[in-house]
Amino acid sequence: MDRHLISRGLNRCSTGKFALWVVPWAALLLFGLYAAGLCLVKGLNQTNMDNRFAFGLWIFLDLTVIALGAGAFFTGFLLYILKLDELRAVINSAVVVGLVCYSGAVGILAVDVGQPLRFWFTFWYPNVHSMLTEVTFCITCYLIVLCVEYLPIVLKNRKLRDVPSMLVFEYHLHKLIFVLAGVGTFLSFFHQGSLGGLYGVLRGRPFAFREGLGLWPSTFFLFILSAAAVGPSFLVLIVSLVEKLSKKHLVRPRALDVLGRISGLLLSVYVLAKTLDTLLWINRTSPERGFPAAQFYSWRPFGTWILLAEIVGFGLIPALILLTPRLRARRGWLVSAGVLACCGVALNRFVQTVQTLALPTLPFDKFLSYYPSWQETGAFLAVVAYGVLVYSFSFRYFQLFPEERELKLEAPRKEEEVECIASFS
Amino acid sequence: MKRLGMTIDIDRCTGCGACMLACAVENNIPPAEAANDRKGLTPIRVYRIENGADYPDRRAAFIPVLCQQCGHETPCVHVCPQQAVDIDPETGVVGQMPQRCLGCRYCMAACPYHARYFNWWDPQWPAGMEQTLNPDVAPRMRGVVEKCNFCTGRRHAAAEAGKADYTPACAEACPTGAIRFVDLNAGTPQGEGHFRLLESLGTEPKIYYHSSKAWVRNQSRDRKGAVQEAHHG
Repeated sequence: MDRHLISRGLNRCSTGKFALWVVPWAALLLFGLYAAGLCLVKGLNQTNMDNRFAFGLWIFLDLTVIALGAGAFFTGFLLYILKLDELRAVINSAVVVGLVCYSGAVGILAVDVGQPLRFWFTFWYPNVHSMLTEVTFCITCYLIVLCVEYLPIVLKNRKLRDVPSMLVFEYHLHKLIFVLAGVGTFLSFFHQGSLGGLYGVLRGRPFAFREGLGLWPSTFFLFILSAAAVGPSFLVLIVSLVEKLSKKHLVRPRALDVLGRISGLLLSVYVLAKTLDTLLWINRTSPERGFPAAQFYSWRPFGTWILLAEIVGFGLIPALILLTPRLRARRGWLVSAGVLACCGVALNRFVQTVQTLALPTLPFDKFLSYYPSWQETGAFLAVVAYGVLVYSFSFRYFQLFPEERELKLEAPRKEEEVECIASFS
Repeated sequence: MKRLGMTIDIDRCTGCGACMLACAVENNIPPAEAANDRKGLTPIRVYRIENGADYPDRRAAFIPVLCQQCGHETPCVHVCPQQAVDIDPETGVVGQMPQRCLGCRYCMAACPYHARYFNWWDPQWPAGMEQTLNPDVAPRMRGVVEKCNFCTGRRHAAAEAGKADYTPACAEACPTGAIRFVDLNAGTPQGEGHFRLLESLGTEPKIYYHSSKAWVRNQSRDRKGAVQEAHHG
């Protein structure tokens, strides 16, 4: 039914099969939109956040998806600025992942603030000393950049290519792509850092507060590094998952190998930096503010295991796997390391958000726990469903993997070669 | 010019909660049916601490905690993305502008005293109760943050009436005189027994506490003191 919309030379499942895939996700999206609507109409009393747990599941989600979506800017940076041409095979996919992550994060933020209609106040009365101002400006600008970067992918649609003016528009957009990659990289570096800075500047929260360089606390740099490290890993996971679900060979192993190697390299630098930062915080920053660091880990379930898990289990181990060429060459190891790295960044964002708020600062106050309400969980799931739907439609109707057609043509040739060799032997 | 502050004598506080009630009435805090310990609006909140000893040596004390009006690197002022929090240069009072607040709650996360509160519900009063509202204080809408502002409404009303001094509702209501509203320019409380909450953070709070009991001071001052107190029994 929709064959005329699918790019020439690409095989996609039937419309019925695609509809079967889409319907459950659309239902989940609708459920999530209902939950988010309740929060907008009735207020944030629908959530389980409270005066102590001012942030909850949604801020954790925002920080995590923005870190995972870093693959978009970082792949663009590697391809267009550092000229790593192997990554051309995954750049479109990276842009879609980035767009989904950033737009999802902005969408959930709109529900998370008490007065969403006042969003423009931040632009009108900006407090230049606030990290949140920096985050708001950079994320908004970068989302616009991502939308513009997404346009050439949309314009590659078979039907749109029949319109001559669209071809001209696409040609001009391509000329802009290097500028967009540069601007996107700059904005992304800043807002990834500012998201880390959000917590690092909290002087009143010794668990989160960090010393730093000039205006920026160390978490500013750690967030940039961790996002740049896991962004490529998340891209490897997405590509592998799409290959598995679609039962198609979409990119040559070389591109994934480059992504894995870069991810491993940055992850090892991050682990080293995080370790040094933690030691400095334990031995100087926290005690100087009257809080022995050990006491932060005396509240169950947040024991020292969480620190070890973050640095060793989800940092050092995936870094070593990704830095070993023999292991990286095997898809199972590559994907496992990617999963560990992504879990690590999620755990880091969880610690920054939830553990920071759970720990009391007043000596006579108590430790609190928090469980999200169904409305919060529903809105969270809506972002996941939205992401799956945008990616699924993009994969079906646009050419996300430029090598897909070549790989499809090569596959029968290889089979013929095998048959030939078999018949001669 | 005054630098407004408070002294709170913990030894005098009986934990009666009159300050909390007076604050709620003065500041038009609406009754919220579903509000609980964690979602209620309590710009001043009385905590109970105990010395941990067994009977007959068991002792308790009450610590009223309100916005500490931090005077140095005020945590909430720095973080607000749209300048909805400011410091009055004349009095040093940290103010909150609900009409500019986005409701992002970053200031609440930043406050070490947990003295900022979010309006989780629309303000609603039972029929007829609107008549009791204080005309000097505007009710706040749902979705914004609020906090103690040393009864700014009273200060403005006093200024309009040509009076130089005023007293916040909590200090006025305290039956034992534990809460006193003071001009810190006339001298800050010094000497044995005086302390401020979390002084080690360097935020220079303008609320000064006093207790003659060492265990109260140790448990209140900072977490290091509380931990040591726990270890020493």
